Order: sequence, then structure tokens, then C-alpha cells
Amino acid sequence: MTQEKKPTWKDAIQLGVIGGVLVLFVSLVGMVQAFDGRYIISETLTLGQLLLFLPPLIVGYISATRTDAQHRVSGILFGSVSGLVTGAILAALLLLGSAINLRAMFINASPELMDILMFGQETLAVATAVLVIGGALLSVLGAVIRLSPPLIRSAILSGVSAVIIMGIMQELLKITFGGRDWYMPIDDFLYEQKGLSWMGVVVTFLLGVAISLWRARSASRPKKTVVKTRSRERQRYVQIGSFVLGAILLLILPQFLGPYPSEILNTVGIYVIMGIGLNIVVGYAGLLDLGYVAFFAIGAYVVGVLTTTGSLATVMWSWWLALPFAVLVSLLAGVILGIPVLKMRGDYLAIVTLGFGEIIRVVALSNWLKPYIGGAQGILQVPKPQIGDFVFKDPEQIFYLVAIGIGIVAFVAFRLRDARVGRAWKALREDEDVAEAMGINLVNTKLLAFATGAAFAGLSGAIFATKLGSIFPHSFNLIVSINVLSLIIVGGIGSIPGVLVGAFMLVGLPELLREFADYRMLMYGALLVVMMLVKPEGFIPEKTHKAELTDRGDVDFDSEIEPIAPAITEI
Amino acid sequence: MALLELENVHSYYGNIHALKGISLTVEQGEIVTLIGANGAGKSTTLKTISGIIDPRKGSVRLEGEDLVAYRAHEVVSKGVIQVPEGRRIFTRLTVRENLEMGAFLRNDTQEIKKDLEWVFSLFPRLEERQNQVGGTLSGGEQQMLATGRALMARPRILLMDEPSMGLAPVLVDLIFDTIKDLNEQGMTILLVEQNALLALDVADRGYVLETGMITLAGDAKELAANPQVKEAYLGG
Ligand SMILES: Nc1ncnc2c1ncn2[C@@H]1O[C@H](COP(=O)(O)OP(=O)(O)OP(=O)(O)O)[C@@H](O)[C@H]1O
Ligand SMILES: [Mg+2]
Repeated sequence: MTQEKKPTWKDAIQLGVIGGVLVLFVSLVGMVQAFDGRYIISETLTLGQLLLFLPPLIVGYISATRTDAQHRVSGILFGSVSGLVTGAILAALLLLGSAINLRAMFINASPELMDILMFGQETLAVATAVLVIGGALLSVLGAVIRLSPPLIRSAILSGVSAVIIMGIMQELLKITFGGRDWYMPIDDFLYEQKGLSWMGVVVTFLLGVAISLWRARSASRPKKTVVKTRSRERQRYVQIGSFVLGAILLLILPQFLGPYPSEILNTVGIYVIMGIGLNIVVGYAGLLDLGYVAFFAIGAYVVGVLTTTGSLATVMWSWWLALPFAVLVSLLAGVILGIPVLKMRGDYLAIVTLGFGEIIRVVALSNWLKPYIGGAQGILQVPKPQIGDFVFKDPEQIFYLVAIGIGIVAFVAFRLRDARVGRAWKALREDEDVAEAMGINLVNTKLLAFATGAAFAGLSGAIFATKLGSIFPHSFNLIVSINVLSLIIVGGIGSIPGVLVGAFMLVGLPELLREFADYRMLMYGALLVVMMLVKPEGFIPEKTHKAELTDRGDVDFDSEIEPIAPAITEI
Repeated sequence: MALLELENVHSYYGNIHALKGISLTVEQGEIVTLIGANGAGKSTTLKTISGIIDPRKGSVRLEGEDLVAYRAHEVVSKGVIQVPEGRRIFTRLTVRENLEMGAFLRNDTQEIKKDLEWVFSLFPRLEERQNQVGGTLSGGEQQMLATGRALMARPRILLMDEPSMGLAPVLVDLIFDTIKDLNEQGMTILLVEQNALLALDVADRGYVLETGMITLAGDAKELAANPQVKEAYLGG
């Protein structure tokens, strides 16, 4: 293991060029300019500038990653070369943009952009030098951060991230909590008119550092022993205690957050319910279903038809009465889809389910069913659920429905996973033929997975219908299926906590990023790609899936067992 | 009545007539071997018994009860357990999980635990590696795991498909010792092999399969001495 890691000039320049492409990209798509007025730190640093600073920093950091402790100095040296190249590429843009009009090709290569790239310098020559040297310095900084001891490194990174995140969140926090009494003092303390105050910078940085240190500490502490020494009874009390505490927190959370954040949470929650359902089909049983939105639609439409008081009114049931039907009909639809695809595997299954999803959407749009479900106009006036005098009217109250829904499906999913059928799913996912040879009834096992998943989506659709108060076919297109699938992959396929994290990242975050309008999806896409590169097994991986993705393969799940002797080919 | 009896079994893959009227019997407590060259139809015979392939003609009976009507997973519940060709273990599950999967149909937790101990005593290597994922085992260990997993189902008859395939001679000996051992403990085994020498050595009786038909049958010792067999399978 004494392989020398020595960076070469080629590596350094290559990285520099990658950094250069990044800065060119953010400049020429117009992000630098668009976010120039958006201060992260008041009067000091704009988001636009940050976008320019990050690439050389990252390039320097990566450069240093390729060296080991013995080559610290050369690591920094090579880092600086990378940054120099990045800076030079940006300078080239400045020179070119000042000399000739690039706008015919790049609409965003405007005089304003050139002005930003001048960084307040008078002459082009000085500005060019500033860009090149600045690039080099930034990447040296990146390299130094990388080469500092791990504890300090992660503290710095965490602190800086905290500052950037809080800087970006200013508007969002204001929109979200602006009307709340408790928020005003916080806002005054952290922010100037535009951007963080210096006080705010210091406080958020320290907060980031504190979080990082706290995480490092809890990670180094042995985990299991604490639980083991506790008596059964105490554990039970702790369990009940934390459950009650959690319930109380959930009860007051929406009031505390207000309507807009509650609405976002509800949207996230609807996806969590679907995610937990699809996780059973794809994550547990390994059946790739791309038409999952169909069951969501069926749940919503059943509730719509049975409850609406509008022009398509039928029986005008209460939401509660319609709910079990929505779930049941979705469940049956799951079985009905399941039967024809019993013999299909992998790609074929994906294509057929994809078709099924489209069929449901087209049927919903069709003239044929228009008298019942309204075609493109959809179903209006879906009533809100009610218990006694309590109406689940606003996002704050709908939140309770969503929370209870998540609680139920998560509970069911956990129980099923640990039950016999959970083991059958696992075997099925690993190898269908061998599963059969273990005596597992493939037909029942598959149908049960489809049915459970569909029922959960039906529940989700029922909540969605009343949350929106109306149903339109365009809510049920392919992108919903793709989103649900993506969120379980990002969260860690097969893992229920992973679904929560994935839904927050893929559904919640885009909502939060609304401020960035057109660039939102760009950032979202970039985030997804980075995410899958950094953590291909998802945020909270389930152990079997993790085994699939670790390249060494010899994962030993039980840390008490000694490591396996390497390179056993034949005993 | 024989434990397992095949009578005039014809099996097809589409138009390919793979088994052309196979008849054979396995008595309680016997080791019977089915030998033959590549493509003779050995695996097909086992698949037909297991219900993975339905024969077009003929019957497969377990203690007189016709198995043909049953689906593959139901045949397993009757106690007919196969150790498939090429092991086919669950590569991403741990050794222990693999073994537990073998006992999928059973509810008797205590007995399962005992059987697990028993399998570990047969294959101590598996115990050492119980928390390692199956895919990281060596070929020999994987064969032990596949055999152990089948034993966890408490077979009434064990169908083994070329357990010696791709293994070093030492390991082949070890596996065959275990087969003998199991048989002495009362296990009935139908053993499919290309390695005729070894198979006829452990077996009580044998059948020779050639292109879907049984051409020779009889006592294992006699078959081993048969000049035809000697020439074709035992290297003269
Ligand atoms: N899935 C299949 N589809 C079509 N033909 C098949 C299939 N499986 C086997 N066959 C054919 O059936 C015949 C018998 O195959 P089988 O696998 O039973 O041979 P085998 O005796 O087990 O050979 P080996 O010793 O190589 O494992 C062969 O001619 C083979 O090509
Ligand atoms: Mg074969």
C-alpha cells in the first residue's frame, strides 16, 4: 500500500481546464450576471462572484486530493497551477469579450458581464492579472484547506457552507417566516438589507464549525454500548417518551411554520407516501415500475368522483368514507397491472408499466369518461375532510393528514419488510429462479408487492385530491413516476429513512429554490449528478444494496467479526 | 414403493426434444447417480423433477403422488430440494441469510436453529464466514453454501447438479465426503455428475444418459466396470 501519489503537470492543467469550463459555463449561461445583485455577505460578496470563486477553489481542493502527505508542497504548487489555468481561461473571456462582440453567439456575454469580470479595475491589463493571480490564490486556498488535518478541514468546510447557505436563504426565510413575530429579531441580527451582516457571518460560521465538531465527536463515540447497557424497561420508556415528544412536535410544527412552509411539507409528504410505496415494489421486490403515477391518479380520481360537490357530483360522500375505496381500487389496479407482467423482468417490466401509467393518464383525459371525471377540465370542488368541527382546511391542517398517512404507510412497510413476505421479496429481488427453488410462491409475492405499493399511492392520491381541492389530469404525468423513482434512489434504494431524505432533496429543495427561477432546474440537475457521483448508494443506504455498489464487495456487516483475509480464490 | 419415480418422461424446450422417455427410480436412503456427457439432458431431468419444466408426457411421482401438477415452489414444499447447477447462491446476501432463506417454508424456529448448527458442523468454513456476503466466497465455499442452503429445507430427497463442477480435486473430495456422510445420516440423494468415476464410487446405483435417453442402468460397481462406460466416461 505504499503506492506513491504524485500529481503530474498534466493532471494540474487538466483540472484547471475543467475549472475554466465551469467558470465559462456559469458566466455564459448568465448566472453570474443574474445573481450579481444578490449579496451573500452584505456589500462584500455576491452570489454571482461566489459562482466565479468556487471553481478555482474546488479545483485546488481536488488537486490536493491527488497528493499524499509527503508531497504537500507540490500539492499546493500543482493546485495553484490549476487555479492559474482556470483564471486564465476566465481572463481570456474578458479579453475576448472586450475586444469583439460575442453576443451574437453568447447572448449573456454582455458588457455588464465584462464589467463584473473587471472586478473594479481600471485597465484590462490589471484586471487580467487580477483574474489569473486571483484564480491561483483561490486554488492555493482550496489546496491548503484540503491538506489541513481532517478535523480542521471539515470544520472549515462546514462553516463556509453554513455561511453560503444562510446567505442564499435570506429571501426565502423572509418570505417564509416574514410574518412571524419570532423571526424578526433573528433577521435583524443575521442580515443587513442585502446579505449577511458581519455579525451574521461570524455566527453562522461558528455554528457550522460547531455542527462539524459535534458530528466528529458523536461519530468517534462507540454507538451500541449505550443502548446495550440500558435495561429493557428503560428502553421502552425512552421509546414511548420519544414517540410522545415527536407527536407533540408534529402537532405544533405547522402552526409554528405557517402556511407556505406547511404547504411545501405537504407536497414533500405526498411524495414520501408514494416513495415508501414504490420502495416496496422497486426496493424490496426489485420490480422496476415506471408507471407508478397511475395508482396515485386512481386514488385521487376515486376520491374526486365520490366526494365532489361540483358539477360532476355523484354520491357526495365525505372524504373519510371515500378514502378506503380509493385505497382499495388502487390496490386492485395494482393487482390487475401485476397479473400480465408476472413473467416479465427488468427492462420489459419497466416498459410495460410505463405504458400503463400513460394509459391511465390518456383515459383520464379522454372524452369517453368526460361525463364522469371531467376530461381536461378535471374534477372541481373536492371537499376537505372533517372530524366534528375540525376541518382539515388549510395547509397547516392538511399537514396532519399527511403526517398520519406517512406514519401508517411507514409502519406497514416496516412490518412487511421484517415479515415472511419481506424475506420473500428479498429473495425475489436477488434471484427470481432461486427464490422459487426456496419454495417461494412468485405469483403471490409479486402481486402483493404491486398491490401494497399501489395501495400506498392510492392513499397518497386521496390526500393529494383534498389538498388541492380539485383534480386535473396533467397532475399525473410521467414526471411524477420519475420523481418518485429518483427520490428513492437518491435516498438509498430499499431504505425508508432514505425516502424521507430523498423526498426533501428532490421535492422540497426545488420548492425552496424557486427564487432562482430559470436556473432552478439547472442547479437541481447538477446537484443530482454530483449526488450520484459522491454517494452512489444513496444518502441512507440499505445494507444489501450497499453491498452491490461497493467495489470491494467484501463488506462485513457485523463489525465485531474480524476482517476477512484478502484474496481467497480457492480454499 | 420408490421414493422418487420417473416414468417415460418427455420434456421439451420449444421444439427441442430434450428428454425422450426417461424412466428411473430412487429408493429411500439411496444415492443414485445420473451420468452423461454435456447436453445429455441431466439438468433437464432435475428441472423436470423440480417442476421448473413441465414434461409433455410421462409422470414424476414422489411416494406415489404425481408431482407434475404442482408448480415449482409447491414441489419444494413436498421436500424435493435442488442444489442447482453452478451453485446460484444469493450473492449479495450473507452466508447466514442464504442459509436462512433455505428454510423459508419452515416455521419451527428452534429446529431451524439446530439445523443451522448442523450445517455449520458439516461445513465449518461457512460458520467462519457467516457474515460475509455470498458473492465473495470461493467456488468451493459457494458449493458448500448451496448444499447447506438446500439442507436447511430438510429435504426428503436432495437433487444435486454437478457439485464437482469447476472445483479443485481436494475440494471435490471434500464435497463427495460430505455427500457420503449425509447419506449415512439417512439422506436420499439423486446426484447428477460428469465426473463419472467419483459419482459411481459414492453411488449405490447409476443411470447413463445419452441425448435424452437412458442407455445403461444398474449397480454402481457394475457400471464402473462396464467396458462401454469405461471407454466413454472413465477415460478407458
Ligand atoms: N433453456 C433451454 N432452451 C433450449 N434448449 C435448452 C435449454 N436448456 C437446455 N437445452 C438443451 O437441452 C439439452 C439438454 O440440456 P441439459 O442442460 O439438460 O444438459 P446437461 O446434461 O445438464 O449438460 P451439462 O453437463 O453441460 O450441464 C441440450 O441439448 C441443451 O442445448
Ligand atoms: Mg447440466
